[in-house]
Amino acid sequence: MSSTTTSDPIDQWEQTDEYKWGFVTDIESDTLPPGLNEDVVKAISAKKNEPDWLLQWRLEAYRNWLTMTEPNWQNLEYNKIDFQAISYYSAPKSDADRPKSLDEVDPKLLETYEKLGIPLEERAILAGVAVDAVFDSVSVATTFKDKLHEVGIIFCPFSEAVQEHPELVRKYLGSIVPPNDNFFAALNSAVFTDGSFVFIPKGVKCPMELSTYFRINAISTGQFERTLIIAEEGSHVSYLEGCTAPMRDENQLHAAVVELIAMKDATIKYSTIQNWYPGNAEGVGGIYNFVTKRGKCAGDNSRISWTQVETGSAITWKYPSCILQGDNSIGEFYSVALTNHHQKADTGTKMIHIGKNTKSYIISKGISAGVGRNTYRGQVKVLKQATNSRNFTQCDSMLMGDKCSAHTFPYIEVANSSSHIEHEATTSKIGEDQIFYCNQRGISTEDAISMIINGFCKEVFAELPMEFAVEAKKLLEVSLEGSVG
Amino acid sequence: MTMLEIRNLHASIEGKEILKGIDLVVNAGEVHSIMGPNGSGKSTLARVLAGEACYEVTEGEILFKGKNLLDLEPDERAREGVFMAFQYPVEVPGVSTKYFLKASVNAMRKHRGLDELDAFDFLELIKEKLKLVHMDESLLDRAVNEGFSGGEKKRAEIFQMAMLDPCLGVLDETDSGLDIDALRIVAEGVNKLRGPDRSFILITHYQRLLNYVVPDFVHVLLDGRIVRSGGKELALELEENGYSFINGEINEPVSV
Ligand SMILES: Nc1ncnc2c1ncn2[C@@H]1O[C@H](COP(=O)(O)OP(=O)(O)OP(=O)(O)O)[C@@H](O)[C@H]1O
Ligand SMILES: [Mg+2]
Repeated sequence: MSSTTTSDPIDQWEQTDEYKWGFVTDIESDTLPPGLNEDVVKAISAKKNEPDWLLQWRLEAYRNWLTMTEPNWQNLEYNKIDFQAISYYSAPKSDADRPKSLDEVDPKLLETYEKLGIPLEERAILAGVAVDAVFDSVSVATTFKDKLHEVGIIFCPFSEAVQEHPELVRKYLGSIVPPNDNFFAALNSAVFTDGSFVFIPKGVKCPMELSTYFRINAISTGQFERTLIIAEEGSHVSYLEGCTAPMRDENQLHAAVVELIAMKDATIKYSTIQNWYPGNAEGVGGIYNFVTKRGKCAGDNSRISWTQVETGSAITWKYPSCILQGDNSIGEFYSVALTNHHQKADTGTKMIHIGKNTKSYIISKGISAGVGRNTYRGQVKVLKQATNSRNFTQCDSMLMGDKCSAHTFPYIEVANSSSHIEHEATTSKIGEDQIFYCNQRGISTEDAISMIINGFCKEVFAELPMEFAVEAKKLLEVSLEGSVG
Repeated sequence: MTMLEIRNLHASIEGKEILKGIDLVVNAGEVHSIMGPNGSGKSTLARVLAGEACYEVTEGEILFKGKNLLDLEPDERAREGVFMAFQYPVEVPGVSTKYFLKASVNAMRKHRGLDELDAFDFLELIKEKLKLVHMDESLLDRAVNEGFSGGEKKRAEIFQMAMLDPCLGVLDETDSGLDIDALRIVAEGVNKLRGPDRSFILITHYQRLLNYVVPDFVHVLLDGRIVRSGGKELALELEENGYSFINGEINEPVSV
């Protein structure tokens, strides 16, 4: 392997000024009391000034949700969620409630930002410092939006898209993940508050990576996020979600839904870094992350690629999937999931081959440390008409120490004889012996762990945009600090 | 110059005392061989020198080039020049041997105030040192020790030693599991690395290694103590009579 990166990540960030992208949303500051019923759904819809069809859509999702039961097949246990104890709408904190400067922010948090190499000006945003104090973004955001507008790309908060492009939202919302798809998707459909909307018109290659990273508002709309990306014929987009910095969040339950649609010859690349609060070393607290992500390769020769680095959350339940409907379409899933301390992750993908000559690649790297539990769950389904289809799955687990565990559940169904499926799985252990061996060769424990992790994850890191990859490496190192040796 | 001085070393693992008072002086340029029956504490001594955390030193001290070795972390000891060839080298999955060695060589160089080697110089160095142990370069593209045969692992340890240029090489049964040709190659490798500024401790069960690498001193370790020391002829004596003849003398005071 040779994936060393010598360039300084801070330099790299400074070279890109995309981090100044921003969105400004003016929401009256108020919060709904805890509890969920039709009135709450109506109130959310009203606050967002939504058209009636969307309210009806939400209500139907809510009624569906009432009849559904929480899934229990996953290899996860968690405290029962009291859905009536959650407040389903709370406006972003007003500036008065926020820290006024970095001096008021927990020094430990700042230390982590530093380790991750996050530039100074961004640290303030991530730590929730009053935005006006650090960010004069309006003009920058406008420039950025102008640039995308020129080529006809729409990239805006979901609620804005509902107002500005209702015909597009109405056409595609729920077309990939129906509101009654699963318990958490139904909940999200009923109460989602915001998210992102992306539309790439025919033949357009998006001139930049689209990122929610610097969309300050996302910090407070993370709980029930809704994202919809539409790539029209021949278009191309790379979308980045999340960030390496530990995100402040008081909400325990996260249930996002992401829908992607790629038309003929279109490509969507969706990269995620998820680092929500994992709970403390004893397993107290932490986010429950129940995510439904699905993409449809609707047209021939289309391609959808999911890349994820999941290091946060106490509970992760997430299976970014591809429906390979168009002939020759390609679905990819590259994943690193890390569970340390008491974290549990049950994650993987589904590749549903419908079109002819469809291909899917699955590369999953699970790292468990502490008493963490890491489960890969993946389905590859090749329908009868999907002749000459191919799947390659590589599923590797790494155990650090001997109290953690890794599990693999591949489900494979092939309904024709011209298709071909390959599945490889390995498990390796990193313990004090490996670290001592490295130490004996003059390599510090810290460097040894980073070397081992980078070697293990390199195929996934290679799929991340450069600056994301640099941060992802650091993130894994920081997340594993003190876990071996 | 004194390379290593061990004084009254006691060490235990999980509360069980394994080393029960070791005294040993190794001067620069000397080769010492340590022999002794299974379980007598030979590997323990090597691993205590390297600083493995599971061993507790309960008494005594170790000076390496005049420095208190016990104050240093394992990686610091390595950078100071202590190299141990493991009896059972572990696999480090996912890390190619080349990459691993580069990190290792550069850690050493940095410690010595030298610039890091660039990829080109590093490959040169590899080629040069590979010749020393007649090892195939393709092994280096595999993960560290992964799937190496027993003999390949041992050879790779000597190759690493050659790459790292240590002051003290502690070889724990590097000769075990080698076929006769490999044994000669490894021994030649060690002989080429021998020099006035470098010392070796060779842990072995077999006199035959010592035919190739002629030691200055031979010590017999028995139940955590050095019970006999002598010149190379002691090894021959052991080969003939086994350890039992020493058992008879064990109560005699031992002079080193
Ligand atoms: N974790 C442990 N707990 C208890 N005893 C241990 C532990 N590890 C090693 N020992 C014991 O320490 C003693 C010395 O072991 P060591 O490996 O140093 O022997 P050795 O001289 O290298 O033997 P060999 O010639 O077989 O390699 C043995 O009796 C061994 O069983
Ligand atoms: Mg031994």
